[in-house]
Amino acid sequence: MIKLTLNGEPREIAAAGDTPLLWALRDELGLTGTKFGCGVASCGACTVHVDGAPVRSCQTFVGDLDGATVTTIEGAQDATTEAIRTAWVELEVPQCGYCQSGQILSATTLLRDTPKPTDDDIDAAMDGNLCRCATYARIRKAIHRASEIMEG
Amino acid sequence: MLNRFIAQTMPTPALTRRGFLKLSAGATGGLMLGAALRPVSAAAQGAADGLATPFVHIRPDNTVVVIVKHLDKGQGTATGLATLVADELDADSAQVTTEFAPANTDLYANTLMGVQGTGGSTAMANSWQQYREAGATARAMLIAAAAQTWGVDPAGISIASGQITDGSQSASLGDMAETAAGQSVPESVTLKTPDQWVYIGKSFPRVDVVRKTQGATNMYGMDVAMEGLVYAVSLRSPRFGGVLAGLDAEEARAMPGVIDVIQLPDRATVIAESTWQAIQARDALSAEWDFSQAENRGTEELRAEYTALLDEDGIAFHSAVVSQADTEQVIEADYSFPYLAHTPMEPIDVTVRFDGTEATFWTGSQIQTLDQNIGAQVLGIDPGSVSIETLWGGGSFGRRAIYDSHYVAEAAMIAKAWLETHGDARPIKLVWTREDDVRGGYYRPMHMHRVRAGLDADGNITSWEQRVVGQGIAIGTAFEQFMVRDGVDASSVEGLGEHSAYTIPGWSVDIHHPEVGVPVLWWRSVGHTHTAYVVETMMDELAEAAGADPVEFRLRYLTDPRARGVLELAINKAGTVPEGLTRGIAVHKSFGSYVAEVADVRIREDGTVKVERVTCGVDCGVPINPSNIEAQVQGGLGYGLSAILREEITLTEGEVNQSNFYDYTPLRISDMPQVDVHIVQSTEAPTGIGEPGTPPIGPAVANAVRRATGTIVRELPFSLHGLA
Ligand code: FES
Ligand code: FES
Repeated sequence: MIKLTLNGEPREIAAAGDTPLLWALRDELGLTGTKFGCGVASCGACTVHVDGAPVRSCQTFVGDLDGATVTTIEGAQDATTEAIRTAWVELEVPQCGYCQSGQILSATTLLRDTPKPTDDDIDAAMDGNLCRCATYARIRKAIHRASEIMEG
Repeated sequence: MLNRFIAQTMPTPALTRRGFLKLSAGATGGLMLGAALRPVSAAAQGAADGLATPFVHIRPDNTVVVIVKHLDKGQGTATGLATLVADELDADSAQVTTEFAPANTDLYANTLMGVQGTGGSTAMANSWQQYREAGATARAMLIAAAAQTWGVDPAGISIASGQITDGSQSASLGDMAETAAGQSVPESVTLKTPDQWVYIGKSFPRVDVVRKTQGATNMYGMDVAMEGLVYAVSLRSPRFGGVLAGLDAEEARAMPGVIDVIQLPDRATVIAESTWQAIQARDALSAEWDFSQAENRGTEELRAEYTALLDEDGIAFHSAVVSQADTEQVIEADYSFPYLAHTPMEPIDVTVRFDGTEATFWTGSQIQTLDQNIGAQVLGIDPGSVSIETLWGGGSFGRRAIYDSHYVAEAAMIAKAWLETHGDARPIKLVWTREDDVRGGYYRPMHMHRVRAGLDADGNITSWEQRVVGQGIAIGTAFEQFMVRDGVDASSVEGLGEHSAYTIPGWSVDIHHPEVGVPVLWWRSVGHTHTAYVVETMMDELAEAAGADPVEFRLRYLTDPRARGVLELAINKAGTVPEGLTRGIAVHKSFGSYVAEVADVRIREDGTVKVERVTCGVDCGVPINPSNIEAQVQGGLGYGLSAILREEITLTEGEVNQSNFYDYTPLRISDMPQVDVHIVQSTEAPTGIGEPGTPPIGPAVANAVRRATGTIVRELPFSLHGLA
């Protein structure tokens, strides 16, 4: 049994140590907000935060997570993520929405590190998150908007 | 094999010929289903459940549930249909939610298709009348209910923002819902005039975005969770049409979590307790394949065969009178377009439960009644015993609108085999990995074109001979009888000849449809993906050869005023070309809508192309939801740009060379231009917007690149030329 803190709660994972966190979250713990897009760290749909840093959960193995703190889209409710959500809804960023959990968690990291990002900062930080609906233009706008919301 | 099996056994879907002809011609308008507006009987809806009609359900708790007959896979249809109902009903947008309709052709057919399905950018066009009438009907019944309750003249009652009032008393829609259910259905309703619209043409908040920022449960098929669920992952033939000649499943069966390995004629499926265990065990299967009936050619062989066909006369599709003037200059060019995968972000999945008499499928179903019929056929039960639970689609771009319902059929075969072996009705979720998706076929068909165009001494077009080579998508499917006329598959030539916004002297088109065993499918904007590219890059080359301005040259032949309108709009809004950038333009009509795109591009130091800005002019009839139109045009051109830059599926000895997003590489944010969308305030009936943004971007960028670098890209994608 792996013991970890998941979205602020102590949780245990029974899956074998070589199971990707993605599948443990989805199939064992019922947290389906973290999405399967590629399984090979190429799309970002499965992004979660481990000890505050964004990781691809499809290539993060539960055996390495004993004692870790994991935050998924369901549990990300800090001021930065909430500002991003507000901006996302205001500008109607999601189309199919399937990539958006990952987009929002990557954007959260960006705004924590760089509260006033330029377009180039955004492109660099978000390039690992594919969106087949190409909502990218609105993602850029919404990150700027979230930054404004954060400033108050 | 599975596909052939289905093709042989599937019933002819209830498509109307008229419906498909209209669809392929880019249809407008819609039919009214009067009977469909009657309320569901009180007994059926249960007491105290408010006013329930097939399209809208007004609950006593004051929620207005709009029943969405289409799949929403990101294109905003659920919001669009909610907008139509809410406007006629005068509901408050905050009280409106949506639910997907069950599979039912009588109630929920796409009036332009005859089956319940979403495609050809017809969702709003076919619902425009129907959903507004549904809203207006419910409104009339609520007003009648209020008149009865208050003992006043209905003429003095109005509704605004979800409040019913006669000036002195007021009630919510929910307050009157039950009484409204007892009112008689009006024989006819008068729809609002455009000046009375409160949401249409203005704004209506998207019904899905809040949940889509929260990681909400139960939205997508991939997220279906239920008691006892098991997971299925299949090993399929590495070549299309191969069959299983031998299987060693010993290692897989011994792996943790593996419950069973089911063998089908052309695949083997692992059933396990989790998706990951099923994937791992699938990868541990060792199979031998019989490729004697398979497609064993590679892209190089196919290209050589297609190229040879370019020299032979094809089946005539279109011909126009050649200009009398002498031809002084000729431009001849060959174009080549690769197979493309759709790769929606949500890979394919479907959950099935079958108990021997009844079955339910949970999936982002795009042609619900076809999925229902084929699921029933495979299971050997009546279609009425099959429920289709439509979930939000995590993208589709055509991939889920599948003429043979192959993955529903696959799930049905697995469920049937499971029941035979295990005797219980376990829910089974079939998941395709990304590799399964990329290698799984149903691609945009590879096409080649040849154009030979002439100019007279004044720089006017004298003739335009065009030959097309490519698999017909509908050929060999149940859709053939509706989409293939005189041997020509409409999906290969749409956008050419009579379907074009241009009238070009001497335009003749013929076509070859070679037989290839690679399954092909409609891919966002279908034939327009290549026809627009050929026409709009050739137009640009001709303009230059004629010494003419590219806009002025196009206007000579653009006889359709709406096409002229969007071109002029886009050019005016684009203004002067920014310093250091080069401009290219394209305009194209598809699915009844018109889009012009002005692309300003920069060539990076490494020689690759960065599209910095695209200015769009759009005419899709009444712009129902401008924010969604902007989103769809941005996304549609992003999807098209993605394809022309780097996307290509190739085969070697019948096997697909690409497998995941590291070698099939869609557009990323750093490739995305700024996009400005300008919408014509049209009063024409609304037409599609999910696809029409896609066709013009390729040629607009190619035209800019030709001007900036001298390189004429006629073989796609751009990455073959060091440009991406
Ligand atoms: S699913 Fe993990 S990066 Fe794509
Ligand atoms: S919103 Fe569809 S993939 Fe991003």
